[in-house]
Amino acid sequence: MIWFFLLSGLFLGWSLGANDAANIFGTAVGTRMVRFKVAALIASIFVILGAVISGAGTTETLGSLGAVNALAGSFTVALMAGITVAWMTRLNLPVSTSQAVVGAIIGWNIFTNSPTDLSVLFKIMGTWVFSPILAAVFAIILFLIFKRYLGSIRIHMLQLDAYTRLGLIVVGAFGAYSLGANNIANVMGVFVPASPFRDLSLFGTVGFSGTQQLFLLGSIAIAVGIYTYSYRVMTTVGNDIFKLTPILALIVVLSKSLVLFVFASKGLENILISLHLPTLPLVPVSSSQAIIGAIIGVGIVKGGKGINYQILGRIAFGWVVTPIIAGVFSFIALFFVQNVFEQEVVRKDQKDNISSIVKPVDVKDWTLDSEFLDIRDISQTNITNNKYMRKICPQ
Amino acid sequence: MAVVFKKNKELEAQIDEYLDLLIRGGLVFKQGVKLYLEERNEEFEDQLQELRRIEEKGDDLRRHIETNLYLKTLIPESRGDVLGLLESADKVLNMITENLLEFSVEIPEIPKDLHPVFLDLSKHAIDASDGMVKAIRAYFRDLAAVRDNINQVLFYRKETNKIAEKFKRFVFRQDLRLSHRIHMRYFAYHIEQIAEESEDVCDRLAIATIKRYI
Repeated sequence: MIWFFLLSGLFLGWSLGANDAANIFGTAVGTRMVRFKVAALIASIFVILGAVISGAGTTETLGSLGAVNALAGSFTVALMAGITVAWMTRLNLPVSTSQAVVGAIIGWNIFTNSPTDLSVLFKIMGTWVFSPILAAVFAIILFLIFKRYLGSIRIHMLQLDAYTRLGLIVVGAFGAYSLGANNIANVMGVFVPASPFRDLSLFGTVGFSGTQQLFLLGSIAIAVGIYTYSYRVMTTVGNDIFKLTPILALIVVLSKSLVLFVFASKGLENILISLHLPTLPLVPVSSSQAIIGAIIGVGIVKGGKGINYQILGRIAFGWVVTPIIAGVFSFIALFFVQNVFEQEVVRKDQKDNISSIVKPVDVKDWTLDSEFLDIRDISQTNITNNKYMRKICPQ
Repeated sequence: MAVVFKKNKELEAQIDEYLDLLIRGGLVFKQGVKLYLEERNEEFEDQLQELRRIEEKGDDLRRHIETNLYLKTLIPESRGDVLGLLESADKVLNMITENLLEFSVEIPEIPKDLHPVFLDLSKHAIDASDGMVKAIRAYFRDLAAVRDNINQVLFYRKETNKIAEKFKRFVFRQDLRLSHRIHMRYFAYHIEQIAEESEDVCDRLAIATIKRYI
């Protein structure tokens, strides 16, 4: 039964692999700069590495939005997010798996009367707006650097072609790693609180947590999606989304990958904290919207001609509509799963504790005379789910 | 990946070799015209044979480059432009070869006092084709230099036109048979076409260069 429930997450992973690999290797494969076999192998390996090594950060944020703690609930949330994505893709609307998952989790929160942490929600929604803008900024900067550099070196076109191929592979690997790290939360995040896996120790030294095993499973589903269906997307839909020259594709994919990386990297977050700089929230963001943001950035720096500004309206429409539809679907489906199929969508024994699990712990509240410093309050928070605990107790 | 770099390096060398053949073709043509006017027929025929060999080698090399560009799916975004450029540059080499061949076949009679003008006409036409080769080379390595080379070609094409016009005006004011005058005009016209064709290649090159800027 556990494996059946995981199927919806695996389906979501498969569809993510099928669609989002085109954002990474679409132009490279479409223009035959990189063979599909090479692209699929690299994308699969690095998606898995990204998910297993760096997937925890974004999952924590999703978990703090709503800790879906029963497998049937996780199944329904993931399934409804997947159905929303499939339906909106069919309607030809720009859709984000991240937004669908967030909407579906809120649907679960409402259905189970669990509180939604509005500060986390606004933080997540802020990144939906900010990530395409940041991708555009990265693309503008990279474009100017590339233009200056390529204008100053006298390299033969054929050598440049070879370097571009190499660059597309390296950037593609980074893009796949970032995708795995950032988006695994969409695929498996809702299953984490109800994970059936136990922590393992490899060779007695390397720890392999239950969450990492779950992420490995989800990222394998993404890899299967890449191998089985992404070629079709790359050579048809993928090329329609962005027809770029290989060098522009390199810039765009690198910009997108950087955005996904900065919103997923705990390492970067720790560096920013140590430098006393503001951190970026670790949130799953839409790779498609980041790609569109990067393309618009390139369009702006090239004079702003030929930019289809209607697409911006469509993205904004997607921001609003996707979570709402996923939330409504999730709510209705949870009702049926609980009352018709008689499955437990929320664990009653933990339901009362949910509010404490998702209790917002803001670092600014943590002062010496704060009430929160009461040890009983700390004990009620989910320490693994609380990145601020690391600030309180740096290891 | 190292294999890709090696293959690309080989192809790069072949493209350079092909462009070298175009330059050599122009030099042989100029030398051939000079030898013809000096009535050193045997040496002239040697030059013609040399030019034919260059043209044949150029054709083979061009076909090889084109096949490799497609087979190895290299420079996908510029491949069409590169093939177009190589083919139109090949037309210039063919035109140069045909021109020298016509001297051998039709044996035009060019009065001695017109020799300097005729040599000047040949020199400027070949200067235009040399400029075209430099522009093509720059297209592969240094986009900023393409424009300068194209401007040189335009200059030499205009100069060629002026010299050809001067030659034709002079010829048609001589007390010669009409057939003789028309025959000389025919040769001047065809040499002039070398510069015209070089300019056409450069027009094509200018567009291809714009497409290469990121």
